[in-house]
Amino acid sequence: MNTNTEKNNQYVIFKLNSENYGIPISYVETIEKVSEVTRVPNAPHYVKGVINLRGEVVPVVDLVKRFKFNESPITPETRIIILSVEEIMLGILVDSSSEVLTIDKDTIDNTSNFVNTFEDDYISGIGKVEDRMIIIVDILKILDIDLSE
Amino acid sequence: MDMNQYLDIFIEESKEHLQNMNQILLQMENDPEEISKLNEIFRIAHTLKGMASTMGFQNLARLTHEMESALHLVRSGELKMSTSIIDLLFLCFDELEGYIGEIESNGVEGENTSSEIVKKLEDLRLKGTVSKEAPPKAEAKEFNQEKMNLQLDEYVHSVIKKALQQELNAYFIKITLDKKCMLKSARAYIIINNLEKLTEIVHSNPSIEDIEDERFDLSFELVVVTKSDNSILKKELSNIPEIESIEIIDLKGNIIVKEEKEREIAPNELLHENSIVEQQLTNKAADESKGRKAKTGKTVRVDIDRLDNLMNLVSELIIIKTRLEDIDDSGNGQSMHEAIEYLERITTSLHDAVMKVRMVPIERVFNRFPRMVRDLAKDLGKEISLIMKGEETEVDRTVIDEIGDPLIHLIRNSIDHGIEEPDVRLVAGKSKNGTVKLIAYPDGNSVVIEVEDDGKGIDIDRVKAKGIERGLITQQQSLIMDDIEAINLLFNPGFSTVNKITDISGRGVGLDVVKTKIESLGGVVEVDNRRGEGTKFIIRLPLTLAIIQALLVNVGPEKYAIPLNTIKEITTISQRTIRRVQNNEVVLYRNNTLPILRLSSLLQVEANQNEAEDYIVVIVKKGEKTAGIVVDHLIGQQEIVIKSLGKYLSNVKGIAGATILGNGSVALIVDTNSFF
Repeated sequence: MNTNTEKNNQYVIFKLNSENYGIPISYVETIEKVSEVTRVPNAPHYVKGVINLRGEVVPVVDLVKRFKFNESPITPETRIIILSVEEIMLGILVDSSSEVLTIDKDTIDNTSNFVNTFEDDYISGIGKVEDRMIIIVDILKILDIDLSE
Repeated sequence: MDMNQYLDIFIEESKEHLQNMNQILLQMENDPEEISKLNEIFRIAHTLKGMASTMGFQNLARLTHEMESALHLVRSGELKMSTSIIDLLFLCFDELEGYIGEIESNGVEGENTSSEIVKKLEDLRLKGTVSKEAPPKAEAKEFNQEKMNLQLDEYVHSVIKKALQQELNAYFIKITLDKKCMLKSARAYIIINNLEKLTEIVHSNPSIEDIEDERFDLSFELVVVTKSDNSILKKELSNIPEIESIEIIDLKGNIIVKEEKEREIAPNELLHENSIVEQQLTNKAADESKGRKAKTGKTVRVDIDRLDNLMNLVSELIIIKTRLEDIDDSGNGQSMHEAIEYLERITTSLHDAVMKVRMVPIERVFNRFPRMVRDLAKDLGKEISLIMKGEETEVDRTVIDEIGDPLIHLIRNSIDHGIEEPDVRLVAGKSKNGTVKLIAYPDGNSVVIEVEDDGKGIDIDRVKAKGIERGLITQQQSLIMDDIEAINLLFNPGFSTVNKITDISGRGVGLDVVKTKIESLGGVVEVDNRRGEGTKFIIRLPLTLAIIQALLVNVGPEKYAIPLNTIKEITTISQRTIRRVQNNEVVLYRNNTLPILRLSSLLQVEANQNEAEDYIVVIVKKGEKTAGIVVDHLIGQQEIVIKSLGKYLSNVKGIAGATILGNGSVALIVDTNSFF
């Protein structure tokens, strides 16, 4: 999976709290508009609930809550990005998503150069396209943390 | 030529042949002179030989060839059939089954393990008797054991060194599981889990992943770093059942002389060079095929009539579709109603038909038991007859795969601990011959499987005493406990009333595993115990796993589904009758205390309905226990399709799954079992 991604260098870009984030395109199945989300009791707080995705029940993670940002309202721009990670199907709720960018590997800075912050956990690097900064998230880490909790 | 496409067929057919062979062998044991049976086995061996050599499985072909030659002599009258020959044929059968199993999981037949049997068969042919000596493979084993000490890589080495410097202890632990252990990976997981409480596991061979996937034989090796010492570890481990041996080696000292040891081993290694190369080759082949074909797909053989039926229903579905399209034009309400009724009928039949396609007679599981009972009875010197009824009862394909192990467990328990020795039986006024009954029958929407023995039954007092000893219950509790509650203690992990754990089973050992397995299939286990007369384990499984009847309810703004089979009744209860006992709400209902649970608080629903005078209460049951669940509104009964929440949300408390409602929204299915 990883080698594939590195070859492609393509990332699905989404917005969250007016920052740009990117995830490797190989994880992304589809991008959906928000449909009715059913809350799941006793699930981790950042699990928004489950949706009906063409007959499949798919959990949706609220990234805003995951990253401990201020809650953002659901707008017509809000999207659910459906990912398939290690045979687990799940969606992430993001403020908007509309483009795919190719980010050269050389332009991705490793965040370990920065001061260690909390956010370091799920960021695998920061990519630069023209003068935009794209935060590349480590989706596996986000999930691993979830699974162990 | 690529044979892979034929592999599935080969495995399926071989299994069928083996099953046949097993049955015939068992019949032959009672009637050794019957020549037609012999011919049948001869024919099976011959067919298998042909199939195996076409597929290039040489070991399999060689073994069947030898069987064939030996059987030929018997057939021609040169040899006389005897029990020793039948025993030998059973051995062959086991060996063949082993090969097929290996092929099924890895795609290759594995190394040749049948030389001993082949030799016996040859002897039989040449000398006319079955030779007794069995050259043990101890040599190879020893070699493995010496090697194991040294298979630590640099990283592990440095970790151990560091630990020793910090005055921690480092141990090498080799755990060998009981040969009869049912769920090796589960058992290993328990062991590793327990160890992790005390230690840090720095290395394991095979790797933890492999252990979890059950890719190991009976033993595995761990290197741990810990503050505790040898005896504590040993004590912790000895509490876990189904372990044959535990070997703990202190690595202090051992680790430093590593290099020397390696040199010592060298000549030994040379001796075995050939075998290593050979093993590596097979391993390599196995690895290669693993990547390509991790496991063969599950298949179901379907009666063509059932498929035709399915086909018919689908065509009816198409007809109703066009009919509905026509109605749209005329706008006639009456015919719309009719059409929907018709559609309902078709979907129900379609559901039935699809379910039937998935159904397999339970015979497939039961078939292996006569042989097992025969072997066990022989080993234990008991006389036992197995009575099987209802082999034709059909269950879902997934159940077939899962139900085998729990049943083996229960039957072993019955034979080893339920049924007494022949002389004890005579004293107790029973017939010398013990009976184990295995009965399957459909019962409404579920399938019931009973394992019954006419042995001594479960000693309730001893169970209670053991429960107190293990700290599961207090002395006082044991006095007020009724028999059913006491028996339920047996289902606690590692509970055994037998002081000496035999190699077959300890009463209670593994019953926890049985229960977990059955519950994961949506079933329940009950025990009917008659002291001195026997024990009956009753397994109740749902007929179908995917579609159930459920009651839809409202809690606040949310909708939930409660499986109908867990519901005992629905009633209203006045708020005033509810009493609080130790912070729990109970109500006196039909002269029984009924605990009251509020679904809204169990599921953290924001609800504001507390002012209501009467509560709508759904009374749910689990075994003998009942509880009342307060809901806001009843919506109605509906057939729902169970969907899993997926791996990501696999262990959410109180929720068994989800379903999609008619309007496309998702409703969660309440797991009422978790409330008890």
